[in-house]
Amino acid sequence: MKKLLSIFAVLAFAFSANAGTLDDVKNRGFLKCGVTTGLIGFAAPDDAGNWAGFDVDVCRAVAAAIFGDSSKVEFTTTTGKSRFPTLASGEIDMLARNTTWTLSRDVNLGFEFVGVNYYDGQGFMIPSALGVDDATGLDGATVCIQTGTTTELNLADFFRANGIGYEALPIETNDEARENLFAGRCDVYTTDASGLSATRAQADDPDKWVVLPNIISKEPLGPLVRHGDHQWGDVVRWSLNTMIIAEELGVSSSNVDDSKGSNIPEVLRLLGVEGGYGEMLELSNDFAYNIIKQVGNYSESFDRNIGPDTPLGIGRNLNALWTDGGILYAPPFR
Amino acid sequence: MQNNLFQDQKFRGILYQTLVVGFFALGLYFVINTTAYNLEKRNIATGFGFLNNPAGFDISFSPFLDFKSTDTHLKVYFVGVLNTLLVSFCGCIAATILGFIVGIIRLSSNWLLSRIAYIYVEFTRNTPLLLQIILWYAILIQLPRIKQAPQIWETFYISNRGLFGPKPIFLDGSNIVILSLVLAFVISFFVARWAKKRQDTTGQQFPTFTTNLSIIVFLPLVIFFIMGSPISLEYPILKGFNFKGGAVIRPEFIAMFLALSIYTAAFISETVRSGILSVTKGQREASGALGLKKNWIMRLIIIPQALRVIVPPLTSQYLNLTKNSSLGIAVGYADLVHGFGGISLNQTGQAIECMAITMATYLLISLTISFFMNIYNRSIQFKEK
Repeated sequence: MKKLLSIFAVLAFAFSANAGTLDDVKNRGFLKCGVTTGLIGFAAPDDAGNWAGFDVDVCRAVAAAIFGDSSKVEFTTTTGKSRFPTLASGEIDMLARNTTWTLSRDVNLGFEFVGVNYYDGQGFMIPSALGVDDATGLDGATVCIQTGTTTELNLADFFRANGIGYEALPIETNDEARENLFAGRCDVYTTDASGLSATRAQADDPDKWVVLPNIISKEPLGPLVRHGDHQWGDVVRWSLNTMIIAEELGVSSSNVDDSKGSNIPEVLRLLGVEGGYGEMLELSNDFAYNIIKQVGNYSESFDRNIGPDTPLGIGRNLNALWTDGGILYAPPFR
Repeated sequence: MQNNLFQDQKFRGILYQTLVVGFFALGLYFVINTTAYNLEKRNIATGFGFLNNPAGFDISFSPFLDFKSTDTHLKVYFVGVLNTLLVSFCGCIAATILGFIVGIIRLSSNWLLSRIAYIYVEFTRNTPLLLQIILWYAILIQLPRIKQAPQIWETFYISNRGLFGPKPIFLDGSNIVILSLVLAFVISFFVARWAKKRQDTTGQQFPTFTTNLSIIVFLPLVIFFIMGSPISLEYPILKGFNFKGGAVIRPEFIAMFLALSIYTAAFISETVRSGILSVTKGQREASGALGLKKNWIMRLIIIPQALRVIVPPLTSQYLNLTKNSSLGIAVGYADLVHGFGGISLNQTGQAIECMAITMATYLLISLTISFFMNIYNRSIQFKEK
């Protein structure tokens, strides 16, 4: 069925490509955002059924920028396979779903990655009882893997390069892979290290699981939109950049109101006190204020969803600001 | 008589049919044209060249071909076809056997037995197959883990990674043993023919079954020992993460096999029941009056006549089972749709080509099954003399 969808997606593309997405979204009154089928910390419904997570916050930031209301989002769940047809067909306006930025996706599939919100890499998770502390010691292991992803190819390459054997068990969703791993159908689960931390956090006893130190690939994850609608791409890009710049400037949801009286010019530009940067994007001039006030800056979103104090316990590492030893960097707001 | 062309029934008929065909052709043209236009616009390469590119991923289950990640997408396709055929073939045989048994039990005069058969049929027929596949898989996944796998005579192991058993290793001279097995089958075929002919002419019976069974068992066995036991067994040994050596049946396959055969058997049993009921009561009574034993009546009188009614719907059940095997993706069974129609499609982005090939393959398999079933159907039809 999903394959059929992708064919229809190609057919439907002609009807949706040229429409101005920003106008469509404004007229509709809410944003349609594609997320995962459920990955704790990144995108998952909470107890009350509201979507929350690090990727969800990107969607909410865009909604806050457009409507001044971060709740005006409709979330659509997508699998590793269905995410691209869903976006290409215009069923969603943007995709914020731990998707790796690659050349073929950027060029051949006709999408546009607007930035990176999480620098990730593919890793391995195993039961700590196995006593393996390096992925090269996994000779002969059964590996669960989500199908339709770059991880599938990285995995084959890694084992081939190291001359060790394994048995692959390709599985459709993260949930199924988790069930199989916990039941012992496979020894190893491989996906992006962030996804492993999320899966580990869902185990009955997370201490029984260990994420190996081997990172076998570069996985820059970021939100993407359809290629060709630059205005819309700019809106999503600068919504994400706003969160990063806000952290850089020390503006957070708690001090954003006071910051309006700041004497730092870039803070004043960011919050719409000076300049007409919002209008350039065809948004209101206080769009960044709304994002910071309602969603928070990058570090707030990180700490709330996946940071050291959450069950996932992920450190900033690569995702720290460039001023703090990471590679997180946003172009200047001017 | 009004001279209005529209009141001419023949003209109207032709007009409407032309319109329908015209709209259909127009629609088809529109779909193909739009697809081609959009593929070109999005710079998506078309054609079948990708089949010769290396796949780059591994396949979980390939019992017939040795698959490596450096092999091509074409090989992914063949692995998928073989896996689809394997589960369909095993499923059809099991479904037929189970379906016949349940169909006959359903008509049994034993109240309890026929009730159990009734509940089984109604329960399996009226729940979605996909749920049954997932249910079987969920049960199999709860089997013991690989390190705690219970063993039988240190030969068979049961775990949630599959059922492990010994694998035959063919050494020098083993082909003579296999040849003798084939020979035994040929001999028994001629014995059966001779026995039938003798019974037809003289009425004397011959213990065909016991004779042939002993030929098939003992002839290869004797040759086996004469040749100095050229076939040995390789036992699975737990080494590292998994069992090494031996043969294995994976839970993904077992789940598919069980779900497909149990689901389809329910439909087949109803077909069998209707076939048996279609044989008139008089046939049964007449053969009873002739003093035939009860299971002889079933085997010699009822079933041959019932088959004429059973076989046509049975064919469509075989087709259903084969097509339903495409649900393998639900549990990660590497069938045609999962491997080639899924992973290859996704990694190459050649959606239309992969889907077209996959659909053409299912069509071919279905037509082949129909072809052979139709031949069989003709052979059992009532022959007028």
